[in-house]
Amino acid sequence: MKKYLGSCAVAAILLATAGVATARDQVQVAGSSTVLPYAKIVAEAFGEAFPKFKTPIVESGGSGAGLKEFCKGVGEATIDIANSSRPINKSELEACKAAGVTDVQEIRIGYDGIVFAAASSNGDMKIEPKDFYKALAAEVVVDGKLVANPYKNWSEINPTLPKGPIAAYIPGTKHGTREVFEEKVLSEGCKEVGAAEAIKKLVPDAKQATAKCVAVRKDGVAVDIDGDYTETLARIAANKTGVGVFGLAFYENNADKLKVATVNGIKPTAAVIADGTYPVSRPLFFYVKKAHLGVVPGLKEYVEFFTSDDMIGPDSPLVEYGLVAAPEAQRVQLRKDFAAGKTM
Amino acid sequence: MTDVVSPAAGIPKAKSVRRDIGIKRRYAAERRFRAYGIAALSFGIIFLMLLLWSVVSKGYTAFQQTMITMPVEFSQQIIDPQNERATNPQKLMTANYPVVARNALAKLLNVSVDDRVAARAVSQMLSDGVRVQLRDLVVANPAIIGTTQTVRLLASGDIDSAYKGQIDLNVGQENRKINDQQLGWMTQLSDSGALAKHFNSGIFVNGASSRPEAAGVGVALIGSFYMMLIVLVLALPIGVAASIYLEEFAPKNKFTDLIEVNINNLAAVPSIVYGLLGLAVFVNFMGLPRSASFVGGLVLTLMTLPTIIIATRAALKAVPPSIRAAALGLGASKMQTIFHHVLPLAMPGILTGTIIGLAHALGETAPLLLIGMVAFVANYPTTPLDPSTALPVQIYMWANEAERAFVERTSGAIIILLLFLILMNVGAILLRRRFERRW
Repeated sequence: MKKYLGSCAVAAILLATAGVATARDQVQVAGSSTVLPYAKIVAEAFGEAFPKFKTPIVESGGSGAGLKEFCKGVGEATIDIANSSRPINKSELEACKAAGVTDVQEIRIGYDGIVFAAASSNGDMKIEPKDFYKALAAEVVVDGKLVANPYKNWSEINPTLPKGPIAAYIPGTKHGTREVFEEKVLSEGCKEVGAAEAIKKLVPDAKQATAKCVAVRKDGVAVDIDGDYTETLARIAANKTGVGVFGLAFYENNADKLKVATVNGIKPTAAVIADGTYPVSRPLFFYVKKAHLGVVPGLKEYVEFFTSDDMIGPDSPLVEYGLVAAPEAQRVQLRKDFAAGKTM
Repeated sequence: MTDVVSPAAGIPKAKSVRRDIGIKRRYAAERRFRAYGIAALSFGIIFLMLLLWSVVSKGYTAFQQTMITMPVEFSQQIIDPQNERATNPQKLMTANYPVVARNALAKLLNVSVDDRVAARAVSQMLSDGVRVQLRDLVVANPAIIGTTQTVRLLASGDIDSAYKGQIDLNVGQENRKINDQQLGWMTQLSDSGALAKHFNSGIFVNGASSRPEAAGVGVALIGSFYMMLIVLVLALPIGVAASIYLEEFAPKNKFTDLIEVNINNLAAVPSIVYGLLGLAVFVNFMGLPRSASFVGGLVLTLMTLPTIIIATRAALKAVPPSIRAAALGLGASKMQTIFHHVLPLAMPGILTGTIIGLAHALGETAPLLLIGMVAFVANYPTTPLDPSTALPVQIYMWANEAERAFVERTSGAIIILLLFLILMNVGAILLRRRFERRW
């Protein structure tokens, strides 16, 4: 038994020293699956452009999971950058500060458009936020009362939508995209049809009223997709009357299989998303630990490389892939802020 | 049984009356049972075939890659205009190689590079990976600057998909990534033989890449190999030692019963739980690096241990007690009995259990997610402590990619994983055949 304990101890010491012995020589990134493809392109180009640094490691897993990992603390075993498809929220920032990650730098890399598309066999679709509200709300207002959503077919809502029963594939609640969908589509639609007013009268509590506006029906018509856009694409291929929610980049790569809808009469393109005419878009971010700058080799260079016009400017590889570049003034400001070490 | 002829009635009538022993009914039951068995078997085989068909039919094209073979002029003008490579070796690393490739292709297609739109369309036909491809050529042999060499370059992922017929070319050109002009060039190049499909060795050796045409499972293979090695080195001795002790030495009491129940339970615990444990103990507490195959190996070891212990205990139990009795009777000690007689006889079972456990570990993604191995890793890991991915992780990551060319690569990687699993299982069968003893 003594021998056994002894060998256990030796093994434990070996493990511990193995951990201490390695100094990390590459940048570690984790977070949003929406930002992942962009981060991968930059990481790969970075590895090629700076042969003295290793290619950064980019983990996926979602904005929330990435920020949680980011806020674990400062040091070699923690990641340097968290990608996020939504701004960091207050509670996350507080968790960060509590764990010693006091200086966080925010980088807004550009914009991502959210598009609505159905199988390519459908006709041209013209969608307005109120169509989605009517099709997907858990309860709609009829004669001043809230009743369970009675709509069964797209044709009852909007004749340009696919002919057949309503089916919508929307991002699951763990995705940052869902928040944007609720805020920019369901909530807008709720106001457009006047349901917001009616709900306010029925539900006095403001918070509950907003929640009612974006509550999605649970009778199987609206399907939460917890996976990636590939799953949405497969669902749409199987159900020709289904409408799915995609990122612009994913749509552009699969445009031969999909029919994209106009929203308020505007067809989603990079140009209209950048100038804000297309209503459903959101900024993409990444967050940098200031304490790791200058400690982890290549981190500063990676951020500078990422924010350069070679990567996020117009005509850059990220824009080629589907990112919508931020206006020039924003990009210049961004680089200035990072160089000045501005923290949140 | 009612018309039994009693012997006293004399010789039975010419028409013999057979005793009804239900033979027809029993034969029918047997036939039915066989039919059920065949039905169950064919059900399984059909689904296996469907699975294999869907994977292989989608994935076999991934082992071929569209490439463009053409004369490339390594122009001094573009690569090293100031002739400073002797003093500044960095110059050769950062030169503008994509332009070298683009100019070569434009020349082949008779397109003027001054026409910016056309030049852009031409460069989109080539992979961005040509930068590294040409750079490696030049760095290995700087003497080729100023000469013209015939080089085989990767076509872009979209050209690759179009050439393999994976993009619907009947839709309008605004709805596909490759326009009609590029399509025309593709046909022209293919007719002249410059553009053709070649064996894709890159899928086996390249690391992860955001460009489908340059992506491969190289890093994932190394990562999986390291993890299998660590699992084998740690799980086999620990598992066998634990089961020998439990089976041969430990007293049978409530406590050992409890351990047995726990081991059986652990074998059924969802693998993500081991990932959580790995994150808490190995990464956060011991401070081992994230994304390292060493940590992955440790987590998978924990996951595989119960499987190996259960298989080893079963194999030890299957050795007849007469062997032990004979050895003890001839004066061997308990230790000698076990190591000279019982363990060799149990070896085939132990090895089979180990290989099945390893194969199980090879296919796991969930525990690796939390320790950061579901990641984009482009550099080869040199030691198990360097970041890497694993084969199933690569499949998962490719399955989520937007580009069409990743669809076939996903299935291609599944084929590679299946080949490894088949190899391991064949190994298990061979080992069993080789060492098996029957009584």
